[in-house]
Amino acid sequence: MKPRVKRLGWILGGLAALGIAAAMVLNAFRSNLVFFYTPTQIAAKEAPQGRAFRVGGLVESGSLSRDPNTLTVHFRVTDTAQTIPVTYTGLLPDLFKEGKGVVAQGTLGSDGVFHANEVLAKHDENYMPPAAADAVKKAHDGMTMKSLVTTQGSAR
Amino acid sequence: MIPELGHFALILALLVAVAQGTLPLAGAAFDHPRLMALARPAARAQFLLVALAFICLAASFVGNDFSVQNVAANSNSELPLRYRIAATWGSHEGSLLLWTLMLAGWTLAVSIFSRNLPQALLARVVSVMGLVSVGFLLFLLFTSNPFERLLPPAAEGRDLNPLLQDPGMVVHPPLLYMGYVGFSVAFSFAIAALLGGRLDATWARWSRPWTTVAWAFLTIGIALGSGWAYYTLGWGGWWFWDPVENASFMPWLVGTALIHSLAVTEKRGAFRSWTVLLAILAFSLSLLGTFLVRSGVLTSVHAFATDPARGVFILAFLALVIGGSLALFAWRAGAVGLGGGFDVVSREAALLANNILLVVAMASVLLGTLYPLFLDAMNLGKISVGPPYFDAVFYPLLAPAIFLMGVGPLARWTRAPLPELAQRLKWALAVAVVTALLLPFVLGRWTPLIALGLFLALWIVATTVANLRQRILSSHRRGLLAKLAANSPSYYGMLLAHLGVAVFIVGVALVKGYESEQDVRLEIGQSIAAGGYEFKFLGVTPGPGPNYRALIGTVEVRKDGRLIETLKPEKRIYNASGQTMTIAAIATEIFGDRYVSLGEPLTSDDVRGAWGLRIYIKPFVDWIWMGAFIMALGGFLAVSDRRYRLAVKRRSSLAVDAPPTPAAAE
Repeated sequence: MKPRVKRLGWILGGLAALGIAAAMVLNAFRSNLVFFYTPTQIAAKEAPQGRAFRVGGLVESGSLSRDPNTLTVHFRVTDTAQTIPVTYTGLLPDLFKEGKGVVAQGTLGSDGVFHANEVLAKHDENYMPPAAADAVKKAHDGMTMKSLVTTQGSAR
Repeated sequence: MIPELGHFALILALLVAVAQGTLPLAGAAFDHPRLMALARPAARAQFLLVALAFICLAASFVGNDFSVQNVAANSNSELPLRYRIAATWGSHEGSLLLWTLMLAGWTLAVSIFSRNLPQALLARVVSVMGLVSVGFLLFLLFTSNPFERLLPPAAEGRDLNPLLQDPGMVVHPPLLYMGYVGFSVAFSFAIAALLGGRLDATWARWSRPWTTVAWAFLTIGIALGSGWAYYTLGWGGWWFWDPVENASFMPWLVGTALIHSLAVTEKRGAFRSWTVLLAILAFSLSLLGTFLVRSGVLTSVHAFATDPARGVFILAFLALVIGGSLALFAWRAGAVGLGGGFDVVSREAALLANNILLVVAMASVLLGTLYPLFLDAMNLGKISVGPPYFDAVFYPLLAPAIFLMGVGPLARWTRAPLPELAQRLKWALAVAVVTALLLPFVLGRWTPLIALGLFLALWIVATTVANLRQRILSSHRRGLLAKLAANSPSYYGMLLAHLGVAVFIVGVALVKGYESEQDVRLEIGQSIAAGGYEFKFLGVTPGPGPNYRALIGTVEVRKDGRLIETLKPEKRIYNASGQTMTIAAIATEIFGDRYVSLGEPLTSDDVRGAWGLRIYIKPFVDWIWMGAFIMALGGFLAVSDRRYRLAVKRRSSLAVDAPPTPAAAE
């Protein structure tokens, strides 16, 4: 083989390897994305069943209950417009409290209960996770926008 | 008075930085020796002024001056002295001041230890660092003044985030920043080379030790952060692929590529443009990391501040630095040249492949870190990218890179005939494959990932031994010691750093393969078995702390009925903020940790009732950090090589002229 042909072969091989690497990375990326839904979106059946996603909002005050003999807990996550029941088996993080922000990752059961396998609250005391804050804000915005639309509609 | 003095010192430092960033540069451009000579005194003055500002801020923290906003927000009179000092860099403002201080320190070091540098090169390097400093000082003074007064003064401070009240806070940020900011030296050398249009082996020899030292500090900084997260967050994880961790890992990956590319540029005069590009990239990622962590765009314990003005400033600064240096690169890379050619089977090729794998790995981390932020910023929805993505990408990318780590040092420069290379590697390969296939059966359980991890680690060890053997056999000196002494410290530094990678891989493979994690509910007096040990929970007792109240659990650990230790995990409630913290109790042994942390009380009576506990067995976990420290040690050893301190007389004699022997290689 001529050196030139050989070199071309190596360059093409290198490019192919790089292409495969890029395809692999993007594929892994696509299949491991975790989407975020607010309780309102879940109530509107926008969230997928079976696939893992995250839900964020506030832990509804007075909603936390424990099984007497296991580490299973039940609580409700709210964005002030809608709430969704969550069940989780394991230890809750230090900053998990009723009335505070929380993000849970897991799957939605056919019974409408969110089965969390991870509960995140790794922020400080005065701080709400952006996802949770966003959920609450969206719920508010949604309400004001709806009322805006109706007032405009009636004015016309 | 002290805060005003500090503020004034910062303003003066800005003025000096402007002079430092422009005059020597102009001097170098117009060949004006007196302007170029300003570089050294300017670097000195800059360092003294920033250091003075830093000392003023630290004094305000130590003296509990709650009329300073920053102190009132991040400290408390009950806070122990060492954390009051550490609180100096606990806030957004303070950490940027630390960054600027590190930059001034590195500049001073360059001006002191680079006496042999040509005047124009030194002037350019110091000037470029001065320009970076201008950016940071402007940012500090206009958006994040650490000396901002609070009127009326607060009676008591709001306290340092309890997560940060840890010895890790005293050492982790300064060392991490030493690494981050250290890449500014490599960056400035690269920019200076582009401006001067001269980049050769001598240039590489000058910038190499700086880059290696920065890399070693970054390695230690990341390892300390990882260890800190392991024992303080109470989850027993050592890496979470959290954006903050990724922010420090990306410059590390590129920095690792850079120190190897620099080696080729020094030894062979090759990879020149690539080296310059990597130097720009490493520092850009350091800046990006600072931006990610410090602008408040992330949900994380590290992001304390949220202020759009800051975000816009840093984005503009990033665009200017990265865009400007890449534009300069595009314009001047031709003047720098590509350097010598090489065969597809050669040490250069192995290093190039490794470099590309490291950069692709960095790009995949960048994608996973920035894409969610990008979507969020565009209001296209919120997503998160978790460990499964990074695991899926990193194993296939880094496994070949680590395999090449074994091949590279044994391959000849320029052209390595395959049969000869195979001859050198066959025993190492056989030993590594056989041991890796059998060892997991001895350790307990065989899985492909454990076997692969062990193979890669053993492969590095075996090829290192083969490399040393090759050196000894080809040495003409008499006696083993003399033969060993003939090799340079930088050669041993390379071997040591590579062995560090092997130790690290053993830690990762075995902790991932054999760890056991149990979250359990335990009544007082109840026991649970894990990893051949029996853990008995004896309840919790209240205990005092300097600025917190603690609940201290007692867990007895028995093996074969014999008591071997009593672990005391803690739950702390901090007085000032009311925040709860979990402090794990860890029994460390060379072959692994026993890790116990308190979850939460499960009944209303937290002293007499049942608790949730985490009982973890972490085999070989300490090897992860040990490996990182060995890598860093290798870096420092490599830098101790005398050739970096020799006055460079042969200005432009390229190392390309040297005969292509394996002995000329690191």
